[in-house]
Amino acid sequence: MSEISLEELQKKFQNKIDKDVKIEPRDWMPDDYRKTLIRQISQHAHSEVVGMLPEGNWITRAPNLRRKAVLLAKVQDEAGHGLYLYSACETLGADREQTIDDLHSGKAKYSSIFNYPAISWADMGAIGWLVDGAAIMNQVPLCRCSYGPYARAMVRVCKEESFHQRQGFEIIMVLAKGTPAQKEMAQDALNRFWWPSLMMFGPNDAESKHTKQSMDWKIKRHTNDELRQMFVDVTVPQAESIGLTVPDKDLKWNEKENRYDYGKIDWEEFWQVVKGNGPCNEDRIRVRKKAKDDGLWVREAAMAFSQKRNNKAKVA
Amino acid sequence: MNNKLFEYTLRIADDSLILGQRLSELCGHGPILEEDIALTNISLDLIGQATNLLEYAASIENKQRDADKLAFLRVDKEYKNSLLVEQPNGDFGSTIVRQFLFDSFRRPFFEALASSTDESLAAIAKKSLKETKYHLKHSSEWVIRLGDGTSESHQRVQKSIDVLWRYHSDLFYEDEVDLALVSENIAPSFKEIKKEFNQHVLAVLEEATLKLPDNNWEFTGGRKGMHSEHLGHLLAEMQYMQRAYPNMEW
Ligand SMILES: [Fe+2]
Ligand SMILES: [Fe+2]
Repeated sequence: MSEISLEELQKKFQNKIDKDVKIEPRDWMPDDYRKTLIRQISQHAHSEVVGMLPEGNWITRAPNLRRKAVLLAKVQDEAGHGLYLYSACETLGADREQTIDDLHSGKAKYSSIFNYPAISWADMGAIGWLVDGAAIMNQVPLCRCSYGPYARAMVRVCKEESFHQRQGFEIIMVLAKGTPAQKEMAQDALNRFWWPSLMMFGPNDAESKHTKQSMDWKIKRHTNDELRQMFVDVTVPQAESIGLTVPDKDLKWNEKENRYDYGKIDWEEFWQVVKGNGPCNEDRIRVRKKAKDDGLWVREAAMAFSQKRNNKAKVA
Repeated sequence: MNNKLFEYTLRIADDSLILGQRLSELCGHGPILEEDIALTNISLDLIGQATNLLEYAASIENKQRDADKLAFLRVDKEYKNSLLVEQPNGDFGSTIVRQFLFDSFRRPFFEALASSTDESLAAIAKKSLKETKYHLKHSSEWVIRLGDGTSESHQRVQKSIDVLWRYHSDLFYEDEVDLALVSENIAPSFKEIKKEFNQHVLAVLEEATLKLPDNNWEFTGGRKGMHSEHLGHLLAEMQYMQRAYPNMEW
């Protein structure tokens, strides 16, 4: 059998990308494509799992039975998203345990929004509304991502994300229409989560080192700034409709461009939080690491048990 | 009779509520992601059961207290859950043993309650039974896995059984409330239920190479509102919003 040359493989790969044919785990792919995907999907998986913590912080204090159940279901969904994504990552040859250890050692990143504290019940509203809302903006185009398993995971995830966004908006809406104390709580949550939510889309296009290649590979379909603009345009009218004020004095409707102009993002804060200096970075990792360490004996027991049973089955 | 039916319904409701609350503390902290999801599922089922039962209790009481008021605005002595369910989560093994003892009671209990002459209780029991069977399968499998896993897991889970077994009899506590309802065929008698409980527990422990403790000293009091130190803290957390911001819609 004749060897297919690297050049031919690359041509075939690019051909598929151009024709919007999905790349599947057994297909040949360039090393950098694989690496980029592993980095992006594992970061995404970590974000789902670390993202359980700020909301998990309020499940035990949810104000009524319905809210408690909805929040539990929501946070549980995020664990499910983590699972699909770790599996998608494994199809690229990444080891789940190693991927998780990279998170715990600080080598791998996750969305820096989760390094902000959830200090009031209204934050459950702001997180669902803004953070899941921003996640939807990012993830809907990923349903068309060139890598099959990632695209398919995103289809399942996106269905649930819209429920997350709605439950969050509903929480904040009830507060905004509630007593003065509740309204103040809602406005305060918006004040704290607005700018970090805009940062979720990543650096400005000019500063974003991965964007161009990712777009050529059809992993990404829109630039960071495009997605951020879409988010602002959808979210500002929602805030207005419930009588809350977006904390940006430069925010105004641009008639000519048919979009909102918004103020300058504090990128210094963004990079500080990414580097580990946010208010909760250490807590988040400590808690995740503790869950893994505390679970070691459980995982060992499960493994030992299934080995024993396999041996028994062989003997019998 | 209505007072007794109210009291009886609260006892069932509070078991679900308090255990659901306990399990919800673990969301995001499970030993593996799959178990995080499984325990959260059980918590969700229990909160759902509590909601149905408290709504029914509220309708029996008929005093303008709804399910949320009952759930969040009683003082500790008014909660009628068993001592077992308020015990802290401890390590994963102790969470599982607590669940296993509870599910082993709940399965035959709901099975019997499903034929109650009280239609509302029967309907709730039927619905809850389906979930409970799944919970029991899950907790039994884990007891076996941990008991017959490594020597560390065996020791840990045996210790949890030694500690938690003393609370199981509170699940079977019976007083004039139960006896009156048993005579009306509203409540099932605990005799048969206890037999099934013992059978299942012993069978699983045997397969898990575990045993019941020699010490058989038993604690009761939960059904009368006499709780351990742990319940007050659980309630302080659970009731925080309702206490800090009274009379608001959420
Ligand atoms: Fe998610
Ligand atoms: Fe979400």
